[in-house]
Amino acid sequence: MTRLIAARVGMGLLTLLVISALLFFATDLLPGDVAAALLGPQATPEALATIRASLHLGDPAALRYVHWLIGVVHGDFGRSIATGRSVVTVLLPRFANTLALAVLAALVSVPLALGLGLATAMRPGSRLDRLVSTLCLVTISVPEFFVGYLLILLFSVQLGWLPSLAVLNGGMSFAQRLGAVTLPVITLVLVVLAHMLRMTRAALLGCLAAPYIETALLKGLRRRTVVLRHALPNAAAPIIAVIALNLGYLVVGVVVVEVVFVYPGAGQLMVDAVGKRDLPLVQACGLAFAATYVLLNLIADIVAILVNPRLRAS
Amino acid sequence: MSATRQPSMERGGWLRFAASGAPLVALILAVAVFAPWVAPYGEAQFVGGVWDPPNLAHWLGTDNLGRDMLTRLIFGARNTVTLAALATALAFGIGVTVGFFAAAIGGWIDALVSRAIEILLSIPVLISALMVLSVLGNSLPVLIATIGLLEATRVYTIARAVARSIVVREFVAAARLRGEGLVWVLLREILPNALAPLAAEAALRFSFIFLFIASLSFLGLGIQPPAADWGSMVRENAQAINFGLPAPLYPATAIALLTIGVNRVVDRYLAAEARP
Repeated sequence: MTRLIAARVGMGLLTLLVISALLFFATDLLPGDVAAALLGPQATPEALATIRASLHLGDPAALRYVHWLIGVVHGDFGRSIATGRSVVTVLLPRFANTLALAVLAALVSVPLALGLGLATAMRPGSRLDRLVSTLCLVTISVPEFFVGYLLILLFSVQLGWLPSLAVLNGGMSFAQRLGAVTLPVITLVLVVLAHMLRMTRAALLGCLAAPYIETALLKGLRRRTVVLRHALPNAAAPIIAVIALNLGYLVVGVVVVEVVFVYPGAGQLMVDAVGKRDLPLVQACGLAFAATYVLLNLIADIVAILVNPRLRAS
Repeated sequence: MSATRQPSMERGGWLRFAASGAPLVALILAVAVFAPWVAPYGEAQFVGGVWDPPNLAHWLGTDNLGRDMLTRLIFGARNTVTLAALATALAFGIGVTVGFFAAAIGGWIDALVSRAIEILLSIPVLISALMVLSVLGNSLPVLIATIGLLEATRVYTIARAVARSIVVREFVAAARLRGEGLVWVLLREILPNALAPLAAEAALRFSFIFLFIASLSFLGLGIQPPAADWGSMVRENAQAINFGLPAPLYPATAIALLTIGVNRVVDRYLAAEARP
């Protein structure tokens, strides 16, 4: 089992390395002169030369990649081209905001998905089951911004309960902050809930079809006990995998939600950076998002190995 | 289960037909094709005030610049659907070709390509797209090529899996023993048998790509103004929501309806396929 996990960790690290190379070369080798793109059509030759020198554009790409990677490992992502500030100092607080939003959404959505998944698997075809599956189809099909604007229209414009913009500033109390992020969190929860819920239900129903479940039921055990004690442990691995995958999606899907609610997170930062073609900032944001995503998938696989008795023994 | 479903099944075929999503999808596609003839006004024509409420001249009111909302929606259908269809076609062209060859050739080539694609799959599409667009800008060809290539990795996985299940069948072995070439086997033996599952995947992939383009446009990185498209329309009219006006919800609803419609059609198609 240790070897299995070690192999998975190695694969994760390799994936990260490849991703970092892809991110670097994608933004670096694609056609178009970075310096000219930065300065626009009015650039003087001297200014272009200065930019090229400061970005080491004359060096071979592989060498620049190694330099960039060494910097990244030391926490140095270079300087933002648009503002001249260090990328790390710009990115870190924004990324912390994004993570806070994602964690809050996860804290609500994971127990909710598990609970509803259990309730619907317990009685398939019931009124609750049909209602939940219809709602799932709808929330899977509609874009995040639809959910977001609908919630704004309902809760902040019509009812006036919550602010429509999730703007944070230093003077806000914890309760005020929580109020500000309520709508974005609900939006995120609705977006990821359906997948987790459906997978929980499907995995449980799959296990409930097994002969040993029939034995347990015929033995006279209550359906609740059978589902919780006999089916759930065996359905744990796929459920955990889907939950981790959706947590990864939370961190990425947050981009659109942040823009809807003007939330000061890394997603909004990245979209702005793309608009301004601020390459060092785009690279850093991309790497942060990709790394979080890979890390969550890695954790999912490892937990799946740990909870699977057959893999645990070998 | 069947006891509760039975009455509604008998209650008239047209209701079931309407619920299948097919009429909805057909309507949107028809509107997209005939946009210039159906639309009451010009795509970027200013015809009223800012966010006029719905009235007889403008059934859904006007947008943030005083253009007819319904007209924008109709032209938006055309622009968004065309772009999504082109990107889907590109993704399938590449994904299916590479996936089929990898499955049929097998060996280290298959292993290498699959491993490489696996790594690409571990980067979220939105992040990859943002990276590429930040360098190449967002002209239409770049947008189609980027989305097509990114989604091709997803298509590859499906196409390879489908082809793998066919490659091991006897008739493929028979064709190979007859001495048929690789391309002949792919086109005449594997492709016809893979069409049904791939058709369902194509429709689903189209709805993903369509949603994805809508998201990019919403972020201001997709189709550029003054062309109408549903994602951009949500962004352009977003401010209206603060005045209690539902303006951004019209295009958002259109996006949701098309996605739900396509998904319903695919569900029905798969259910019909599964029946013996």
